[in-house]
Amino acid sequence: MINPERIKKDFPIFSNNPDLCYLDSAATTQKPRQVVDAIENYYYSCNSNVHRGIYKISEDATNRFESSRENISKFIGSRDPRQVVFTRNTTESLNLLAYTLGKSLHAGDEILLSTMEHHSNMIPWQFLREKGVIVKYADITPEGTLDLHDLTGKMTKKTKIVSLTHVSNVLGCINPVNEIAKIAHDNSSLFVVDGAQSVPHMPIDVERMNCDFLAFSGHKMLGPAGIGGLYGRFDLLDNLPPFMGGGEMILNVSLDGATWNETPLKFEAGTPNIEGAIGLSAAVDYLRKLGMDNVRNHEKELIGYTMKRASEVEDLIFYGPRNPEMHGGVFTFNIGDVPAFDLERDLSERSVSISSNGIHPHDTATIMDRDDIAIRSGHHCAMPLMTRLGVSATSRASFYVYNSKEDVDRFFAAINDVKVAFAK
Amino acid sequence: MTEEEIKAEIILDHYRNPRNYGKLENATSAITEYNPICGDTVHMQILFEGNAVRDAKFIGRGCSISQASASMITEMIKGKTVDEVMAMKKDDFLSVVGFNLGPAREKCALLSFNAVEKLVKGYKK
Ligand SMILES: Cc1ncc(COP(=O)(O)O)c(C=O)c1O
Repeated sequence: MINPERIKKDFPIFSNNPDLCYLDSAATTQKPRQVVDAIENYYYSCNSNVHRGIYKISEDATNRFESSRENISKFIGSRDPRQVVFTRNTTESLNLLAYTLGKSLHAGDEILLSTMEHHSNMIPWQFLREKGVIVKYADITPEGTLDLHDLTGKMTKKTKIVSLTHVSNVLGCINPVNEIAKIAHDNSSLFVVDGAQSVPHMPIDVERMNCDFLAFSGHKMLGPAGIGGLYGRFDLLDNLPPFMGGGEMILNVSLDGATWNETPLKFEAGTPNIEGAIGLSAAVDYLRKLGMDNVRNHEKELIGYTMKRASEVEDLIFYGPRNPEMHGGVFTFNIGDVPAFDLERDLSERSVSISSNGIHPHDTATIMDRDDIAIRSGHHCAMPLMTRLGVSATSRASFYVYNSKEDVDRFFAAINDVKVAFAK
Repeated sequence: MTEEEIKAEIILDHYRNPRNYGKLENATSAITEYNPICGDTVHMQILFEGNAVRDAKFIGRGCSISQASASMITEMIKGKTVDEVMAMKKDDFLSVVGFNLGPAREKCALLSFNAVEKLVKGYKK
Protein backbone atom coordinates (compact mmCIF):
# COMPACT_ATOMS: atom_id res chain seq x y z
CA MET A 1 0.00 0.00 0.00
CA ILE A 2 1.17 3.48 -0.83
CA ASN A 3 0.76 6.09 1.87
CA PRO A 4 1.12 9.46 0.13
CA GLU A 5 1.20 11.43 3.36
CA ARG A 6 4.16 9.46 4.61
CA ILE A 7 5.87 9.53 1.22
CA LYS A 8 5.49 13.31 1.03
CA LYS A 9 7.78 13.60 4.06
CA ASP A 10 10.64 12.27 1.94
CA PHE A 11 10.18 15.13 -0.53
CA PRO A 12 11.39 18.45 0.90
CA ILE A 13 9.62 20.39 -1.85
CA PHE A 14 6.36 19.73 -0.05
CA SER A 15 7.52 21.11 3.27
CA ASN A 16 8.97 24.12 1.43
CA ASN A 17 5.68 24.63 -0.41
CA PRO A 18 3.09 23.37 2.08
CA ASP A 19 0.11 24.28 -0.13
CA LEU A 20 1.50 22.81 -3.32
CA CYS A 21 -0.69 20.30 -5.08
CA TYR A 22 1.70 18.94 -7.68
CA LEU A 23 -0.11 17.32 -10.58
CA ASP A 24 2.55 17.45 -13.26
CA SER A 25 4.64 14.34 -12.71
CA ALA A 26 4.25 13.23 -16.31
CA ALA A 27 6.41 16.25 -17.16
CA THR A 28 8.89 15.69 -14.37
CA THR A 29 8.71 14.25 -10.87
CA GLN A 30 9.78 15.63 -7.52
CA LYS A 31 12.92 14.23 -5.91
CA PRO A 32 13.12 12.46 -2.57
CA ARG A 33 15.84 13.27 -0.07
CA GLN A 34 17.34 9.80 -0.65
CA VAL A 35 18.19 10.70 -4.25
CA VAL A 36 19.68 14.06 -3.36
CA ASP A 37 21.66 12.42 -0.55
CA ALA A 38 23.13 9.80 -2.89
CA ILE A 39 24.34 12.54 -5.23
CA GLU A 40 25.73 14.60 -2.36
CA ASN A 41 27.46 11.58 -0.94
CA TYR A 42 29.14 10.90 -4.27
CA TYR A 43 30.29 14.51 -4.61
CA TYR A 44 31.68 14.65 -1.10
CA SER A 45 33.27 11.22 -0.91
CA CYS A 46 34.58 10.08 -4.29
CA ASN A 47 33.90 12.67 -7.00
CA SER A 48 36.26 11.90 -9.89
CA ASN A 49 36.13 10.84 -13.50
CA VAL A 50 35.23 7.23 -14.21
CA HIS A 51 36.89 4.39 -16.11
CA ARG A 52 40.34 5.93 -16.47
CA GLY A 53 41.64 6.79 -13.04
CA ILE A 54 44.22 4.59 -11.40
CA TYR A 55 43.66 6.07 -7.96
CA LYS A 56 41.24 4.93 -5.25
CA ILE A 57 38.44 7.47 -5.42
CA SER A 58 38.23 7.05 -9.18
CA GLU A 59 37.86 3.32 -8.73
CA ASP A 60 35.17 4.01 -6.16
CA ALA A 61 33.38 6.36 -8.58
CA THR A 62 33.63 3.81 -11.39
CA ASN A 63 32.22 1.13 -9.10
CA ARG A 64 29.28 3.32 -8.10
CA PHE A 65 28.63 4.26 -11.71
CA GLU A 66 28.71 0.69 -12.97
CA SER A 67 26.72 -0.73 -10.08
CA SER A 68 24.11 1.94 -10.82
CA ARG A 69 23.91 0.55 -14.32
CA GLU A 70 23.46 -2.93 -12.90
CA ASN A 71 20.76 -1.77 -10.50
CA ILE A 72 18.82 0.03 -13.22
CA SER A 73 19.21 -2.94 -15.54
CA LYS A 74 17.66 -5.23 -12.91
CA PHE A 75 14.87 -2.76 -12.27
CA ILE A 76 13.61 -3.10 -15.83
CA GLY A 77 14.10 -6.85 -15.90
CA SER A 78 17.26 -6.93 -17.99
CA ARG A 79 19.56 -9.83 -17.17
CA ASP A 80 22.74 -8.19 -18.32
CA PRO A 81 23.83 -4.65 -17.33
CA ARG A 82 25.61 -4.31 -20.66
CA GLN A 83 22.15 -3.97 -22.16
CA VAL A 84 21.68 -0.53 -20.56
CA VAL A 85 23.20 2.51 -22.24
CA PHE A 86 23.24 5.73 -20.24
CA THR A 87 21.86 8.68 -22.17
CA ARG A 88 20.51 12.10 -21.19
CA ASN A 89 16.86 11.13 -21.48
CA THR A 90 14.26 9.33 -23.57
CA THR A 91 14.75 11.82 -26.37
CA GLU A 92 18.46 11.08 -26.64
CA SER A 93 17.82 7.33 -26.41
CA LEU A 94 15.42 7.50 -29.34
CA ASN A 95 17.76 9.72 -31.34
CA LEU A 96 20.57 7.25 -30.72
CA LEU A 97 18.38 4.47 -32.07
CA ALA A 98 17.10 6.35 -35.10
CA TYR A 99 20.66 7.34 -35.98
CA THR A 100 22.29 3.96 -35.52
CA LEU A 101 19.46 1.77 -36.81
CA GLY A 102 18.88 4.27 -39.60
CA LYS A 103 22.35 3.64 -41.00
CA SER A 104 21.31 0.28 -42.36
CA LEU A 105 17.94 1.40 -43.72
CA HIS A 106 17.36 2.02 -47.40
CA ALA A 107 14.97 4.04 -49.50
CA GLY A 108 11.55 2.42 -49.39
CA ASP A 109 12.06 0.83 -45.96
CA GLU A 110 9.25 1.64 -43.58
CA ILE A 111 9.01 2.69 -39.95
CA LEU A 112 5.70 2.33 -38.17
CA LEU A 113 4.78 4.74 -35.36
CA SER A 114 1.41 5.95 -34.08
CA THR A 115 -0.39 9.29 -34.07
CA MET A 116 -0.21 9.40 -30.27
CA GLU A 117 3.59 9.54 -30.13
CA HIS A 118 5.48 12.25 -28.28
CA HIS A 119 7.53 14.38 -30.65
CA SER A 120 10.64 12.61 -29.38
CA ASN A 121 9.38 9.36 -30.89
CA MET A 122 8.52 11.05 -34.16
CA ILE A 123 11.11 13.62 -35.17
CA PRO A 124 14.19 11.35 -34.93
CA TRP A 125 12.50 8.85 -37.26
CA GLN A 126 11.25 11.61 -39.56
CA PHE A 127 14.91 12.62 -40.04
CA LEU A 128 15.32 9.33 -41.93
CA ARG A 129 12.87 10.45 -44.60
CA GLU A 130 15.84 12.28 -46.09
CA LYS A 131 17.17 8.95 -47.30
CA GLY A 132 13.82 7.80 -48.63
CA VAL A 133 12.62 5.92 -45.56
CA ILE A 134 8.83 5.98 -45.23
CA VAL A 135 7.27 6.82 -41.85
CA LYS A 136 3.75 5.51 -41.25
CA TYR A 137 1.40 6.12 -38.35
CA ALA A 138 -1.12 3.79 -36.76
CA ASP A 139 -4.29 5.62 -35.78
CA ILE A 140 -6.12 5.73 -32.47
CA THR A 141 -9.57 4.36 -31.73
CA PRO A 142 -12.52 6.60 -30.77
CA GLU A 143 -11.98 5.56 -27.12
CA GLY A 144 -8.47 6.92 -27.25
CA THR A 145 -6.46 3.73 -27.43
CA LEU A 146 -4.07 2.39 -30.03
CA ASP A 147 -5.93 0.98 -33.02
CA LEU A 148 -4.30 -2.46 -33.31
CA HIS A 149 -6.27 -3.26 -36.41
CA ASP A 150 -4.91 -0.17 -38.12
CA LEU A 151 -1.43 -0.98 -36.85
CA THR A 152 -1.37 -4.46 -38.34
CA GLY A 153 -2.97 -3.13 -41.51
CA LYS A 154 -0.13 -0.68 -41.98
CA MET A 155 2.56 -3.27 -41.44
CA THR A 156 4.24 -4.56 -44.57
CA LYS A 157 7.25 -6.66 -45.44
CA LYS A 158 9.12 -3.37 -45.66
CA THR A 159 8.37 -2.44 -42.06
CA LYS A 160 11.81 -2.60 -40.46
CA ILE A 161 10.99 -0.86 -37.19
CA VAL A 162 7.87 -0.47 -35.07
CA SER A 163 8.34 2.22 -32.42
CA LEU A 164 5.52 2.98 -30.00
CA THR A 165 4.94 4.53 -26.65
CA HIS A 166 4.04 2.14 -23.83
CA VAL A 167 1.83 4.70 -22.08
CA SER A 168 0.63 7.83 -23.85
CA ASN A 169 1.52 11.06 -22.06
CA VAL A 170 -1.80 12.51 -23.26
CA LEU A 171 -4.36 9.72 -23.57
CA GLY A 172 -2.94 7.80 -20.64
CA CYS A 173 -3.71 4.56 -22.45
CA ILE A 174 -1.50 1.59 -21.70
CA ASN A 175 -0.63 -0.02 -24.99
CA PRO A 176 -0.51 -3.84 -25.19
CA VAL A 177 3.23 -3.98 -25.80
CA ASN A 178 3.57 -7.74 -25.21
CA GLU A 179 1.08 -8.41 -27.94
CA ILE A 180 2.62 -5.84 -30.27
CA ALA A 181 6.09 -7.31 -29.72
CA LYS A 182 4.78 -10.59 -31.08
CA ILE A 183 3.06 -8.92 -34.03
CA ALA A 184 6.22 -6.97 -34.87
CA HIS A 185 8.52 -9.96 -34.55
CA ASP A 186 6.23 -12.18 -36.62
CA ASN A 187 6.75 -9.54 -39.29
CA SER A 188 10.54 -9.55 -38.69
CA SER A 189 10.35 -5.92 -37.54
CA LEU A 190 12.31 -4.54 -34.62
CA PHE A 191 10.17 -3.31 -31.75
CA VAL A 192 11.14 -0.13 -29.93
CA VAL A 193 9.23 0.99 -26.83
CA ASP A 194 9.10 4.54 -25.51
CA GLY A 195 8.95 3.82 -21.79
CA ALA A 196 9.08 7.44 -20.59
CA GLN A 197 5.61 7.13 -19.02
CA SER A 198 5.67 3.45 -18.09
CA VAL A 199 9.02 2.66 -16.49
CA PRO A 200 8.31 5.16 -13.65
CA HIS A 201 4.79 3.91 -13.02
CA MET A 202 4.47 0.13 -13.34
CA PRO A 203 6.49 -3.07 -13.12
CA ILE A 204 8.57 -3.45 -16.28
CA ASP A 205 10.20 -6.63 -17.44
CA VAL A 206 11.90 -6.18 -20.79
CA GLU A 207 12.54 -9.90 -21.14
CA ARG A 208 8.88 -10.75 -20.69
CA MET A 209 7.75 -7.80 -22.81
CA ASN A 210 10.18 -9.06 -25.42
CA CYS A 211 10.85 -5.61 -26.83
CA ASP A 212 14.12 -5.02 -28.64
CA PHE A 213 14.72 -1.56 -27.22
CA LEU A 214 13.23 0.53 -24.41
CA ALA A 215 13.88 4.22 -23.76
CA PHE A 216 13.31 6.03 -20.46
CA SER A 217 14.13 9.22 -18.52
CA GLY A 218 15.47 9.49 -14.98
CA HIS A 219 13.76 12.78 -14.19
CA LYS A 220 10.33 11.23 -14.65
CA MET A 221 11.04 8.55 -12.04
CA LEU A 222 12.25 10.54 -9.01
CA GLY A 223 15.79 10.77 -10.41
CA PRO A 224 17.74 13.82 -11.53
CA ALA A 225 17.39 15.45 -14.94
CA GLY A 226 20.10 14.79 -17.51
CA ILE A 227 20.23 11.03 -17.05
CA GLY A 228 18.20 8.45 -18.90
CA GLY A 229 18.59 5.04 -20.35
CA LEU A 230 18.30 2.93 -23.41
CA TYR A 231 17.80 -0.78 -22.96
CA GLY A 232 18.71 -2.88 -25.97
CA ARG A 233 18.97 -6.61 -26.49
CA PHE A 234 22.68 -7.29 -26.26
CA ASP A 235 23.23 -8.85 -29.69
CA LEU A 236 21.35 -5.98 -31.32
CA LEU A 237 23.20 -3.26 -29.42
CA ASP A 238 26.50 -4.96 -30.05
CA ASN A 239 25.93 -4.91 -33.79
CA LEU A 240 24.96 -1.26 -33.99
CA PRO A 241 27.45 1.38 -35.10
CA PRO A 242 28.41 4.03 -32.53
CA PHE A 243 26.38 7.22 -32.08
CA MET A 244 28.54 10.16 -30.98
CA GLY A 245 32.31 10.12 -31.27
CA GLY A 246 34.85 11.17 -28.69
CA GLY A 247 36.49 9.93 -25.55
CA GLU A 248 35.25 6.90 -23.61
CA MET A 249 33.63 5.29 -26.66
CA ILE A 250 36.93 4.28 -28.29
CA LEU A 251 39.40 1.47 -27.77
CA ASN A 252 42.21 2.53 -30.05
CA VAL A 253 42.69 5.70 -32.01
CA SER A 254 45.14 6.50 -34.77
CA LEU A 255 45.25 9.41 -37.15
CA ASP A 256 43.38 7.30 -39.69
CA GLY A 257 40.57 5.94 -37.59
CA ALA A 258 39.59 4.12 -34.46
CA THR A 259 38.14 0.97 -32.99
CA TRP A 260 35.17 1.08 -30.69
CA ASN A 261 34.95 0.34 -27.02
CA GLU A 262 32.79 -2.56 -25.90
CA THR A 263 29.01 -2.30 -25.61
CA PRO A 264 27.52 -0.25 -23.99
CA LEU A 265 30.50 2.10 -23.56
CA LYS A 266 30.80 2.55 -27.31
CA PHE A 267 27.56 4.55 -27.12
CA GLU A 268 28.68 6.72 -24.23
CA ALA A 269 31.04 9.28 -25.74
CA GLY A 270 32.57 11.79 -23.36
CA THR A 271 32.47 11.95 -19.59
CA PRO A 272 29.11 10.53 -18.58
CA ASN A 273 26.62 11.98 -16.12
CA ILE A 274 28.12 10.05 -13.21
CA GLU A 275 26.17 11.73 -10.41
CA GLY A 276 23.03 11.41 -12.53
CA ALA A 277 23.46 7.65 -12.84
CA ILE A 278 24.06 7.37 -9.09
CA GLY A 279 21.01 9.51 -8.38
CA LEU A 280 18.85 7.45 -10.72
CA SER A 281 20.03 4.28 -9.04
CA ALA A 282 18.94 5.73 -5.69
CA ALA A 283 15.56 6.57 -7.23
CA VAL A 284 15.25 2.99 -8.41
CA ASP A 285 16.00 1.79 -4.86
CA TYR A 286 13.31 4.10 -3.55
CA LEU A 287 10.72 2.84 -6.06
CA ARG A 288 11.67 -0.78 -5.52
CA LYS A 289 11.13 -0.35 -1.80
CA LEU A 290 7.63 0.99 -2.46
CA GLY A 291 7.02 -1.86 -4.88
CA MET A 292 6.12 -1.13 -8.48
CA ASP A 293 2.90 -3.13 -8.21
CA ASN A 294 1.89 -0.83 -5.38
CA VAL A 295 2.85 2.24 -7.40
CA ARG A 296 0.69 1.11 -10.29
CA ASN A 297 -2.23 0.18 -8.04
CA HIS A 298 -2.08 3.52 -6.29
CA GLU A 299 -2.22 5.40 -9.58
CA LYS A 300 -4.93 3.11 -10.90
CA GLU A 301 -7.01 4.00 -7.88
CA LEU A 302 -6.38 7.73 -8.37
CA ILE A 303 -7.19 7.72 -12.08
CA GLY A 304 -10.27 5.59 -11.49
CA TYR A 305 -11.48 8.01 -8.82
CA THR A 306 -10.65 10.98 -11.07
CA MET A 307 -12.56 9.62 -14.06
CA LYS A 308 -15.53 8.76 -11.87
CA ARG A 309 -15.69 12.29 -10.51
CA ALA A 310 -15.01 13.78 -13.94
CA SER A 311 -18.00 12.03 -15.47
CA GLU A 312 -20.19 13.92 -13.02
CA VAL A 313 -18.90 17.35 -14.07
CA GLU A 314 -20.81 19.14 -16.77
CA ASP A 315 -18.82 20.19 -19.85
CA LEU A 316 -15.72 18.30 -18.73
CA ILE A 317 -14.31 16.50 -21.75
CA PHE A 318 -11.58 13.98 -21.02
CA TYR A 319 -9.52 11.68 -23.15
CA GLY A 320 -8.29 8.10 -23.18
CA PRO A 321 -9.84 4.81 -22.13
CA ARG A 322 -12.48 4.89 -19.40
CA ASN A 323 -11.31 1.61 -17.93
CA PRO A 324 -8.70 2.35 -15.21
CA GLU A 325 -7.07 -1.01 -15.96
CA MET A 326 -6.00 0.42 -19.30
CA HIS A 327 -5.29 3.93 -18.09
CA GLY A 328 -2.09 5.22 -16.47
CA GLY A 329 -2.02 8.11 -14.01
CA VAL A 330 -2.53 10.76 -16.67
CA PHE A 331 -5.76 12.77 -16.87
CA THR A 332 -6.06 14.98 -19.94
CA PHE A 333 -9.11 17.19 -20.23
CA ASN A 334 -10.79 20.29 -21.54
CA ILE A 335 -13.60 22.33 -20.09
CA GLY A 336 -15.90 22.66 -23.05
CA ASP A 337 -14.79 22.31 -26.63
CA VAL A 338 -11.45 23.91 -27.55
CA PRO A 339 -11.30 23.38 -31.29
CA ALA A 340 -8.30 24.08 -33.45
CA PHE A 341 -8.19 27.34 -35.40
CA ASP A 342 -9.19 27.07 -39.03
CA LEU A 343 -8.70 30.32 -40.93
CA GLU A 344 -11.02 29.56 -43.84
CA ARG A 345 -13.84 28.25 -41.70
CA ASP A 346 -13.46 30.80 -38.93
CA LEU A 347 -13.43 33.72 -41.37
CA SER A 348 -16.64 32.51 -42.93
CA GLU A 349 -18.40 31.83 -39.64
CA ARG A 350 -18.42 35.37 -38.42
CA SER A 351 -21.16 34.82 -35.94
CA VAL A 352 -19.03 32.42 -33.90
CA SER A 353 -17.67 34.28 -30.94
CA ILE A 354 -14.23 33.31 -29.74
CA SER A 355 -15.38 32.67 -26.23
CA SER A 356 -18.53 30.80 -27.13
CA ASN A 357 -16.78 27.47 -26.84
CA GLY A 358 -14.71 26.11 -24.01
CA ILE A 359 -12.25 27.52 -21.57
CA HIS A 360 -8.77 27.60 -22.99
CA PRO A 361 -6.28 25.28 -21.20
CA HIS A 362 -3.97 28.23 -20.49
CA ASP A 363 -6.72 29.96 -18.61
CA THR A 364 -7.54 26.77 -16.76
CA ALA A 365 -3.92 26.34 -15.68
CA THR A 366 -3.63 29.98 -14.61
CA ILE A 367 -6.70 29.83 -12.39
CA MET A 368 -5.59 26.49 -10.94
CA ASP A 369 -2.21 27.99 -10.13
CA ARG A 370 -3.99 30.56 -7.97
CA ASP A 371 -5.17 27.60 -5.92
CA ASP A 372 -1.55 26.28 -5.82
CA ILE A 373 -2.38 23.44 -8.14
CA ALA A 374 0.28 22.70 -10.73
CA ILE A 375 -1.09 21.23 -13.95
CA ARG A 376 0.18 21.43 -17.51
CA SER A 377 -1.56 22.94 -20.49
CA GLY A 378 -0.68 23.02 -24.14
CA HIS A 379 0.07 20.37 -26.74
CA HIS A 380 2.20 18.16 -24.47
CA CYS A 381 4.74 17.65 -27.26
CA ALA A 382 2.15 15.74 -29.23
CA MET A 383 0.91 18.19 -31.85
CA PRO A 384 -0.20 15.54 -34.33
CA LEU A 385 -2.32 13.99 -31.58
CA MET A 386 -3.91 17.38 -30.79
CA THR A 387 -4.78 17.67 -34.48
CA ARG A 388 -6.14 14.13 -34.46
CA LEU A 389 -8.30 14.95 -31.44
CA GLY A 390 -9.46 18.14 -33.14
CA VAL A 391 -8.33 20.42 -30.31
CA SER A 392 -5.82 23.25 -30.22
CA ALA A 393 -4.60 22.27 -26.76
CA THR A 394 -5.56 20.38 -23.63
CA SER A 395 -4.90 20.49 -19.90
CA ARG A 396 -3.35 17.59 -18.06
CA ALA A 397 -3.16 16.47 -14.45
CA SER A 398 -0.80 13.58 -13.78
CA PHE A 399 -0.17 11.55 -10.65
CA TYR A 400 2.64 9.89 -8.79
CA VAL A 401 3.38 8.24 -5.48
CA TYR A 402 3.06 11.44 -3.43
CA ASN A 403 -0.43 12.26 -4.73
CA SER A 404 -3.52 11.46 -2.74
CA LYS A 405 -7.28 11.47 -3.14
CA GLU A 406 -7.26 14.84 -1.39
CA ASP A 407 -5.21 16.18 -4.32
CA VAL A 408 -7.90 14.93 -6.68
CA ASP A 409 -10.56 16.60 -4.54
CA ARG A 410 -8.65 19.88 -4.60
CA PHE A 411 -8.33 19.52 -8.34
CA PHE A 412 -12.08 19.22 -8.78
CA ALA A 413 -12.74 22.13 -6.46
CA ALA A 414 -10.40 24.15 -8.66
CA ILE A 415 -12.20 23.00 -11.81
CA ASN A 416 -15.23 24.58 -10.29
CA ASP A 417 -13.30 27.79 -9.59
CA VAL A 418 -12.22 27.90 -13.22
CA LYS A 419 -15.80 27.52 -14.38
CA VAL A 420 -16.93 30.28 -12.05
CA ALA A 421 -14.12 32.61 -13.17
CA PHE A 422 -15.12 32.21 -16.79
CA ALA A 423 -18.86 32.00 -16.32
CA LYS A 424 -20.72 34.06 -18.84
CA MET B 1 -11.41 46.30 -6.46
CA THR B 2 -7.65 46.37 -6.77
CA GLU B 3 -6.07 47.61 -9.97
CA GLU B 4 -5.17 44.03 -10.78
CA GLU B 5 -8.75 42.88 -10.40
CA ILE B 6 -9.95 45.70 -12.62
CA LYS B 7 -7.53 44.68 -15.34
CA ALA B 8 -8.66 41.07 -15.03
CA GLU B 9 -12.26 42.24 -15.45
CA ILE B 10 -11.34 44.26 -18.52
CA ILE B 11 -9.60 41.25 -20.05
CA LEU B 12 -12.60 39.04 -19.39
CA ASP B 13 -14.87 41.66 -20.92
CA HIS B 14 -12.78 41.83 -24.09
CA TYR B 15 -12.58 38.05 -24.16
CA ARG B 16 -16.33 37.59 -23.88
CA ASN B 17 -17.22 40.50 -26.16
CA PRO B 18 -14.31 40.96 -28.50
CA ARG B 19 -14.26 44.31 -30.30
CA ASN B 20 -13.56 44.38 -34.01
CA TYR B 21 -13.98 40.66 -34.38
CA GLY B 22 -14.59 39.17 -37.79
CA LYS B 23 -13.62 39.56 -41.39
CA LEU B 24 -12.39 42.92 -42.68
CA GLU B 25 -13.67 42.81 -46.24
CA ASN B 26 -11.42 45.49 -47.69
CA ALA B 27 -8.28 44.74 -45.66
CA THR B 28 -5.05 45.81 -47.30
CA SER B 29 -2.85 43.59 -45.13
CA ALA B 30 -3.42 40.49 -43.06
CA ILE B 31 -1.25 38.10 -41.09
CA THR B 32 -1.77 35.02 -38.94
CA GLU B 33 0.36 34.77 -35.81
CA TYR B 34 0.58 31.47 -34.02
CA ASN B 35 2.04 30.41 -30.71
CA PRO B 36 3.12 26.80 -31.10
CA ILE B 37 3.36 26.28 -27.34
CA CYS B 38 -0.37 26.45 -26.82
CA GLY B 39 -1.91 26.87 -30.24
CA ASP B 40 -3.06 30.44 -29.61
CA THR B 41 -3.82 32.00 -32.96
CA VAL B 42 -4.60 35.56 -34.02
CA HIS B 43 -5.42 36.55 -37.58
CA MET B 44 -5.01 40.34 -37.79
CA GLN B 45 -6.37 42.38 -40.69
CA ILE B 46 -5.70 46.06 -41.28
CA LEU B 47 -7.01 48.57 -43.79
CA PHE B 48 -4.28 51.14 -44.42
CA GLU B 49 -5.13 54.44 -46.07
CA GLY B 50 -2.32 56.86 -46.73
CA ASN B 51 -0.44 57.18 -43.51
CA ALA B 52 -3.28 55.94 -41.33
CA VAL B 53 -4.78 52.76 -39.96
CA ARG B 54 -8.30 53.25 -41.21
CA ASP B 55 -9.70 49.98 -39.82
CA ALA B 56 -8.59 46.83 -38.06
CA LYS B 57 -10.27 43.54 -37.29
CA PHE B 58 -9.15 40.15 -36.07
CA ILE B 59 -10.30 36.63 -35.65
CA GLY B 60 -8.58 34.07 -33.53
CA ARG B 61 -8.70 31.32 -31.05
CA GLY B 62 -6.87 30.86 -27.83
CA CYS B 63 -6.73 31.81 -24.20
CA SER B 64 -8.39 34.88 -22.73
CA ILE B 65 -5.15 36.88 -22.68
CA SER B 66 -4.33 36.25 -26.33
CA GLN B 67 -7.83 37.04 -27.57
CA ALA B 68 -8.53 39.96 -25.25
CA SER B 69 -5.24 41.61 -26.11
CA ALA B 70 -6.02 41.25 -29.81
CA SER B 71 -9.35 42.94 -29.19
CA MET B 72 -7.66 45.70 -27.22
CA ILE B 73 -4.97 46.37 -29.78
CA THR B 74 -7.49 46.80 -32.59
CA GLU B 75 -9.16 49.50 -30.52
CA MET B 76 -5.81 51.13 -29.83
CA ILE B 77 -4.59 51.33 -33.41
CA LYS B 78 -7.75 52.33 -35.24
CA GLY B 79 -7.43 55.89 -36.47
CA LYS B 80 -3.79 56.19 -35.48
CA THR B 81 -1.10 57.11 -37.96
CA VAL B 82 1.30 54.42 -39.06
CA ASP B 83 4.11 56.24 -37.26
CA GLU B 84 2.13 56.37 -34.04
CA VAL B 85 1.52 52.64 -34.23
CA MET B 86 5.18 52.02 -34.96
CA ALA B 87 6.11 54.01 -31.87
CA MET B 88 4.07 51.72 -29.62
CA LYS B 89 6.31 49.86 -27.17
CA LYS B 90 5.93 46.25 -26.10
CA ASP B 91 6.16 47.09 -22.44
CA ASP B 92 3.55 49.82 -22.71
CA PHE B 93 1.19 47.40 -24.38
CA LEU B 94 1.84 44.76 -21.73
CA SER B 95 1.11 47.21 -18.97
CA VAL B 96 -2.22 48.02 -20.59
CA VAL B 97 -3.17 44.37 -20.85
CA GLY B 98 -2.22 43.51 -17.31
CA PHE B 99 0.66 43.21 -14.98
CA ASN B 100 2.54 40.23 -13.62
CA LEU B 101 1.46 38.13 -16.53
CA GLY B 102 4.58 36.00 -16.21
CA PRO B 103 6.78 35.06 -19.17
CA ALA B 104 4.48 32.32 -20.50
CA ARG B 105 1.39 34.50 -20.55
CA GLU B 106 3.28 37.52 -21.89
CA LYS B 107 3.77 35.52 -25.07
CA CYS B 108 -0.01 35.19 -25.33
CA ALA B 109 -0.45 38.93 -24.95
CA LEU B 110 2.26 39.75 -27.45
CA LEU B 111 0.82 37.60 -30.20
CA SER B 112 -1.39 40.40 -31.50
CA PHE B 113 1.26 43.03 -30.81
CA ASN B 114 3.69 41.12 -33.02
CA ALA B 115 1.04 40.73 -35.70
CA VAL B 116 0.39 44.49 -35.78
CA GLU B 117 4.09 45.29 -35.72
CA LYS B 118 4.75 43.03 -38.70
CA LEU B 119 1.84 44.45 -40.69
CA VAL B 120 2.85 48.03 -40.05
CA LYS B 121 6.49 47.39 -40.90
CA GLY B 122 5.45 45.59 -44.04
CA TYR B 123 3.25 48.51 -45.05
CA LYS B 124 5.97 51.07 -44.37
CA LYS B 125 8.34 49.34 -46.78
C1 LIG C 1 5.73 9.48 -23.86
C2 LIG C 1 6.95 10.36 -23.77
N1 LIG C 1 7.99 10.12 -24.57
C3 LIG C 1 9.11 10.85 -24.51
C4 LIG C 1 9.23 11.91 -23.65
C5 LIG C 1 10.49 12.72 -23.66
O1 LIG C 1 11.16 12.64 -22.47
P1 LIG C 1 12.45 13.53 -22.23
O2 LIG C 1 12.04 14.94 -22.43
O3 LIG C 1 12.83 13.22 -20.83
O4 LIG C 1 13.47 13.09 -23.21
C6 LIG C 1 8.17 12.20 -22.79
C7 LIG C 1 8.26 13.34 -21.85
O5 LIG C 1 7.53 14.28 -21.85
C8 LIG C 1 7.01 11.42 -22.86
O6 LIG C 1 5.97 11.67 -22.07
